[in-house]
Amino acid sequence: MELLLGTWHWAISGFLIGIIMLVLVYFGKTFGMSSNLRTMCTMMGADRASDFFKMDWREQKWNLAIVLGAVLGGFIASYFLSDANMILHLNPKTVENLNQLNIDAPAGKWVPDAIFGWENVLSVKGSTTLLIGGILIGFGTRYAGGCTSGHAISGLSNLQKPSLIAVIGFFIGGLIMSHFILPLIF
Amino acid sequence: MKLFRFFSIGIVFGIVLTKAEAISWYRIYEMFMFQSFHMYGIIAIAIATGVIGIQIIKKKKIKDYKGFPIQLVDKDRGFVRYLAGGLLFGLGWGLVGCCPGPVFILLGTGAFSIVIVLVGALLGTFLYGILKDKLPH
Repeated sequence: MELLLGTWHWAISGFLIGIIMLVLVYFGKTFGMSSNLRTMCTMMGADRASDFFKMDWREQKWNLAIVLGAVLGGFIASYFLSDANMILHLNPKTVENLNQLNIDAPAGKWVPDAIFGWENVLSVKGSTTLLIGGILIGFGTRYAGGCTSGHAISGLSNLQKPSLIAVIGFFIGGLIMSHFILPLIF
Repeated sequence: MKLFRFFSIGIVFGIVLTKAEAISWYRIYEMFMFQSFHMYGIIAIAIATGVIGIQIIKKKKIKDYKGFPIQLVDKDRGFVRYLAGGLLFGLGWGLVGCCPGPVFILLGTGAFSIVIVLVGALLGTFLYGILKDKLPH
């Protein structure tokens, strides 16, 4: 039980993610979560504003089904497959860094209150931060044509050079944010 | 029934990413600070599994569930779009600590303020659709 309720080992987790990608290939689909954002835009009528959204969203129902499943999976994992005293075992150095940024340590949470807590979210700075983060994710993934699942996992597994360029971009962006911009925001 | 199959895959995906803690802002921050191997291990093993699996599919000409040959579409050639788009996504990933999969999974874990990130992500996708033809690709 301990094995199931605690943090899953990176090797097991990575293997399962690879298998999920392969199962989708077997079912004739491509693993890619950010495509759903485009589908959702189309469903909300974005096709009237740009040809980019002119598509039959019904053909993407399978991917939306994955999204719905993922939401339920998150619920099951965090309410039934987690220890009540769940703690993320972060590197002590990371906790120290977080301290300097005034970001609270995990203590049983997936995300820090300093960013996702309602007190912060209801402030102008807090909600703007989350919104800008979201815009960067939506815009960037569509510009690059994929996210972690589409490029890093699917693309690199098929040895695609464009995916390698994209993943290098992901990391340059992430490193700039974590090392230089986060300290300016917090 | 067909959709149920994908719904089930989604459930497994959500459970794995949650239990791997890949949905956690903390894990992403730790990764970008080079202070943990955890996320790198997950990504590396996922890719290794994928590469081996795809090679087997190609070498053995494995058919899909309907009996048709599996065809993997190559990504379009290009450079600017991948690097620039990737960089912008990376900035967002580092800031709010989640990529498009975990945005949804976190909803299920009860981190409801993630909805703002989701609204932003939809807005960003929409913006790209509008500006697409003016951007270098």
